[in-house]
Amino acid sequence: MRYLPHTPTDISHMLATVGLESVDELLVQVPANLRAQQALGLPDGCPEAEVLERAGELSTSNSILPSFQGAGCYRRDVSSVVSAVLSRAEFATAYTPYQPEVSQGTLQACFEFQTYVALLCGLDVANASLYDGASALAEAVLLSLRVGRGRRRVLMSAGVHPAYRAVTETYLRGSGDTEVELIGLDKNGRTDADLLERALGDDVAAICTGYPNFYGVIDDLGTASRLARRCGALSLSVTSEPLALGLLRSPGELGADVAVAEGQGLGLPISYGGPGVGLFAARQQYLRQVPGRLVGETRDSNGRRGYVLTLATREQHIRRERATSNICTNQGLAALAVTTFLGLAGRKGLRKLAALNTARAHQLAERLASEAGLAPVFSAPFFNEFAIEVPDSKHWFENCVQHGVVPGVRVADLEGSCADGGENRVLVTVTEVNSDADFDLLVSTARQSMAA
Amino acid sequence: MSAGVDRGPEKTVFEKGSPGRCGLDLPEPGPLPLDAKLLRADLEGFPEMSEPEVLRHYLRLSQLNYSAAADFYPLGSCTMKYNPVVNDKVAGLEGFVASHPYAPIELVQGNLRLLRELEEWLVEISGLASVSLQPAAGAQGELAGIKIMRAWHEDQGKPRSKVLIPASAHGTNPASAALCGYDCVVVPVGDDGLVSADAVREFLDDEVAGLMITNPNTLGLFEPAMGEITAAVHEVGGLVYMDGANMNALMGVARPGDMGADILHVNLHKTFSTPHGGGGPGAGPLAVTEQLEKYLPSPRMVEKDGKLDWEYDRPDSIGPVRSFYGNFGILVRAWAYMKACGGDGLTEVTRMAVLAANYLRVRLEQDYDLPCDGPCMHEVVFTDKKLEGGVKTLDLAKRLLDYGFHAPTIYFPLVVQGAIMIEPTESEPLETLDEFADAMIAIAREAREDPGKVKSAPLNTPVARLDETRAARHPRLVWKAEESA
Repeated sequence: MRYLPHTPTDISHMLATVGLESVDELLVQVPANLRAQQALGLPDGCPEAEVLERAGELSTSNSILPSFQGAGCYRRDVSSVVSAVLSRAEFATAYTPYQPEVSQGTLQACFEFQTYVALLCGLDVANASLYDGASALAEAVLLSLRVGRGRRRVLMSAGVHPAYRAVTETYLRGSGDTEVELIGLDKNGRTDADLLERALGDDVAAICTGYPNFYGVIDDLGTASRLARRCGALSLSVTSEPLALGLLRSPGELGADVAVAEGQGLGLPISYGGPGVGLFAARQQYLRQVPGRLVGETRDSNGRRGYVLTLATREQHIRRERATSNICTNQGLAALAVTTFLGLAGRKGLRKLAALNTARAHQLAERLASEAGLAPVFSAPFFNEFAIEVPDSKHWFENCVQHGVVPGVRVADLEGSCADGGENRVLVTVTEVNSDADFDLLVSTARQSMAA
Repeated sequence: MSAGVDRGPEKTVFEKGSPGRCGLDLPEPGPLPLDAKLLRADLEGFPEMSEPEVLRHYLRLSQLNYSAAADFYPLGSCTMKYNPVVNDKVAGLEGFVASHPYAPIELVQGNLRLLRELEEWLVEISGLASVSLQPAAGAQGELAGIKIMRAWHEDQGKPRSKVLIPASAHGTNPASAALCGYDCVVVPVGDDGLVSADAVREFLDDEVAGLMITNPNTLGLFEPAMGEITAAVHEVGGLVYMDGANMNALMGVARPGDMGADILHVNLHKTFSTPHGGGGPGAGPLAVTEQLEKYLPSPRMVEKDGKLDWEYDRPDSIGPVRSFYGNFGILVRAWAYMKACGGDGLTEVTRMAVLAANYLRVRLEQDYDLPCDGPCMHEVVFTDKKLEGGVKTLDLAKRLLDYGFHAPTIYFPLVVQGAIMIEPTESEPLETLDEFADAMIAIAREAREDPGKVKSAPLNTPVARLDETRAARHPRLVWKAEESA
């Protein structure tokens, strides 16, 4: 096996050193009644060329069509510099920086990542990342329950990504009597402020607002934060398209206490939905309740600047069952992709890319309205995705796909969503990747499919 | 590091660049369709850099890292084995990276077929009935696993209140159990480093939801009473969760399902060669017995008329623990590894990993205290008891860095004092194992003859020992011009 270096001579030497004649003698530690009764029933191993051949068959049996799918996972033009950095084995094959003296690369990159996340979110501190946006929301809700001792209700906007809501429910299930109350959207696509106000109470731990929300709408996070403050709850901002934060007022500026986001849209491929990376930022006062890894700046014994993992007493390997989270590491390499991407985009480029996305999305929305009679369902301002409603969305959708374009995401196909009678809604997403030719294809197909 | 040149500290990106530079060329977006009151004023604090500056910055940072590809990285419990390069190539195939998680199912049959094969292989290796590939990491697999344990007990009438966890367990075990609302009861470990069936029985009653056990345990020892222990837990109606962090010791040797485990997570970034990435992304697939299959995270893959699909309508499921279907790019890499190795190759991996650990055990046992005698599995734990001159485990770890080796895992497991946990894995050549053993022995000698030198280590690394107390006392977690050193 090409990954194994040990020759028969090496093996004999090692066995002789150990004082045994065969590896089997080492394995007698495993009692006979627990030993495997037969060889592993996996296919035979194979040379690299065969691995590539089979993988090639599988990957090409997928069909990649022009697509307007987003809904938490965004196609983006990413510089080759990002993949070049990620392919550095010094980053890819290192582990959690337990020995900071030989891990300064990873640690400094994490420190830069934390800085970017805090700046983007307009908050004081950020961690070195969590698994994804969905589990980041779950962790933020758990933080709000720790901070708001005894408070047991969480007000969740229906505009929060349905998968994030579902994951949060999973995390909460079986741990106390927390109730998640869904707050519907108004006819403009924003969280219904009246419903939210009526649901307030001194037992509310958090108000969670999608920003932009699942339908692309730039929700009124400021009002949600104000209402949260009124009842002593935390305001949690939830973003699945992180590029929006490069253009819109920051969650911190709008009063959020904790902001979470999926970072995939800042440098990671869509890759069938993973890996992603969870961004997590908070106000300074919640620092000791933040889950996950934190990197801090310090000095070495010669007074030179350096970085270490810090405030580890919040974490499972020290605090065990009293830790702020069970998370062990972060999404190091995915966070590095985000860090590299943001460095390339920089102060002007990120804003410009975000502006391009929103401008293009509005162009398509106008064309779908004027040329195919498909106006956005919601009238509130949106970032780079918007919902349309078509009669018999299943049939319409399939028809589009047959014509070689994936028009978006059928909301009814998503788990846990569509509580508000939107079974014929399709969420259309536009990024800089979508060309004018894609627009033409979608508009003409949409029109024909309406007629069909 | 970088041809021996010390360039001094690398500035952060926030101290680099110059106004007007940008590493992206973009068309003019035209007039903004949004009201100015919705927009932020600026991205103040972000750098402005050209493409080559960004590349150079991160390549320089990369050179400040030790890595498993370039250096021996015997970090116990982490299985820092060779990460085959071809895995990255496979994961980067356009058909995979450009596929969308909400794509119509007929467009992504290749993805699902690959995932199905991976599930089947993990079923075979684990000896359990079903696998969910969704958890993003081992700790998330644990969380899902204990949620399943709870859901099962709720269906039996009550969730029960306690989970038993041996003192030698990873910290994630109690943290995960607590997150699921369970009280953690610590089962003491014997002087031999093992959990005895009697020690477990002492705590068993009808409030015990289950036991979380790592096998081989964190001392690198196979738990010989595993069969008796799992039977005892089952007798009081409990379930057994096995932490599969150490599966590298078991492939083709023993199967968790055959030992009585009901729930198991495996770490693809350990046993199945996906890169650790400086802390992730990993993957922590979860395997369960047939009776627990219905509780696995939704959606589940189902096959109908030769077509694979995701089924969301799973009324007994604990629900999803992650958006979409898991860390797909990582799952593809593990698939490529298993495809390359095959059943025989994986068995050989385990055998060589065990041999390498035992070789180091014997080479070092004269100079280092071995708290548990006798053969080990894939890793070996020493302590600093025999080191002279007041040299401690931490000093040894730092001195090893000077010799060009990453340190072992230190001060874990907590059941022995000053632990030095070495996991060489199967992929290191004999010469490297010898060089490492020689360095360990040389440091033991230095401790006798020149302990001050060992205590002032590391001397040859990009930075010297870092002040962790300062970092914790005055946390600086984001860069600020006025505060930075």
